Amino acid sequence: MDINILTVFILAIFVGFEIITKVPPTLHTPLMSGSNAISGIAIVGAIISTKINSDISTWLGLIAVIFATINCVGGFLVTDRMLKMFKRK
Amino acid sequence: MDYTNLAYVLSAVLFILGIKRLSSPKTARNGNAIASTGMLVAIIATLISFDLLDYKLIIIGMGIGGVVGILFATRVEMTQMPQMVAIFNGFGGGASALIASAEYLSNYQNNSLSMFLVITITLSVFIGTLTLTGSFIAFGKLQGFISGQPILFPGQQPFNALLAIGIVVSSYLLASGNLDNLNTFYAIIAISALMGITLTIPIGGADMPVVISLLNSYSGVAASATGFVLMNNGLIIAGALVGASGLILTNIMCKGMNRSLANVIFGAMGVPEEASKSSGKQINIKSSTTDEAAMILDAADKVIVVPGYGLAVAQAQHAVREVAEQLEKMGKKVLYAIHPVAGRMPGHMNVLLAEANIPYEQLKDLDEVNSEFEDCDVAIVLGANDVVNPAARHDTSSPIYGMPILDVDKSRTVIVNKRTMNPGFAGIQNELFGFDNTVMVFGDAKEMLTTLHKDLKEL
Repeated sequence: MDINILTVFILAIFVGFEIITKVPPTLHTPLMSGSNAISGIAIVGAIISTKINSDISTWLGLIAVIFATINCVGGFLVTDRMLKMFKRK
Repeated sequence: MDYTNLAYVLSAVLFILGIKRLSSPKTARNGNAIASTGMLVAIIATLISFDLLDYKLIIIGMGIGGVVGILFATRVEMTQMPQMVAIFNGFGGGASALIASAEYLSNYQNNSLSMFLVITITLSVFIGTLTLTGSFIAFGKLQGFISGQPILFPGQQPFNALLAIGIVVSSYLLASGNLDNLNTFYAIIAISALMGITLTIPIGGADMPVVISLLNSYSGVAASATGFVLMNNGLIIAGALVGASGLILTNIMCKGMNRSLANVIFGAMGVPEEASKSSGKQINIKSSTTDEAAMILDAADKVIVVPGYGLAVAQAQHAVREVAEQLEKMGKKVLYAIHPVAGRMPGHMNVLLAEANIPYEQLKDLDEVNSEFEDCDVAIVLGANDVVNPAARHDTSSPIYGMPILDVDKSRTVIVNKRTMNPGFAGIQNELFGFDNTVMVFGDAKEMLTTLHKDLKEL
């Protein structure tokens, strides 16, 4: 196993904890829908898996592309819609 | 130089900067735009750097997904946000599980399955599938398709234990030599799907904020696991960020209810309702009217509004803003005290109030606001119950003992609006309603606030 990717994973978790604890409770819903959109990063894997040239895998890749796109597009849009509503006096 | 991985590093940096800007409502919208740019970078880098991609299929997939995503995002009402986040979590987990399955099947055909691949694929499929089915159950409960009550059946815990054993055994079988046993692989998918369902159905509607946060975390972990399968840093980093975020929110929600995660997940199983036996002490309440409330408010300098989910159910956010604006016109200071579990997901109440154009500077969370009650003249409790029950501070026999509450009873006067005297989620009587400094105004929150607004203007 490649130790580098494990290093990346562990460091990313620490960075995640550091920055997310600084998000105020007021913004926890947008944080959730926004991070939801970020988990749509699976779209990268989905795109790659369409190149696998076996029938069934390609179809699974297509469904994965649909799912992940819903996640990205819907997630970022709805987060923006919410954040637009947070106004000052 | 590996440009694709360089692009993934760039998008990871943009994700981190984007989340960092969520630390203030001022910069948050910009942060979201930065994070979505990060996503765009990752997608474009992937599209141009891998050979043999089926572009036609990708365009079709992204087209369908894009339209569905836009429809969801523009149509959803703010009260339905928990459902939407739940279903999106499901899609994310599902995508990860599908990618891992595709990898398994293609490597199976090429006879190129390694131990490392099988372990990471199993992890990704397990967490991803469980997230998919669990999220859909959570969605169904929040949307009202499935009963919000805990669904229990005899032998539930042994059955869950059996499923857990099944997953361990089949993963072991797959990893220890029989790497290419398709049936074992399908069994893992089936058991994971079942586990997502059986772990979510016994959880009651009131505990859904914890479940959504947890599933949010899982969807990130599933993406990370898929990153290990594909040896892709972009997925690993983004997944880890989301995993951490979901875990922090889960923890905050559990603390807000003073319960352990294990208690939320397994609490409803096997334990008969203990709430009803709590003290049947009679309390004497003072029922009052809106014009009396208006007179109390007229004499006040500092007013704190405590909204509960009942306020959102009554669609009274705009009415409360009108009352608050009137009070400010009369020279009073108005704040809103938001309990962590006031809504149906973390931060939900803030969004519902922001939607009604209430400025975010007035929205105060538990830690900020509790010291404010000491010199507060009037606290107005709207559709909240358990989160203002002083029993949580002193009554060790109360089911909510230890739960952090808003100390409204420390204000000079407390005005409580409720539809009826029905107890809250925890099913317990609230001694606050009988306190000397408490007055009750019964009725629908929206109607009550509209009348109160009128009464205040006529003073």
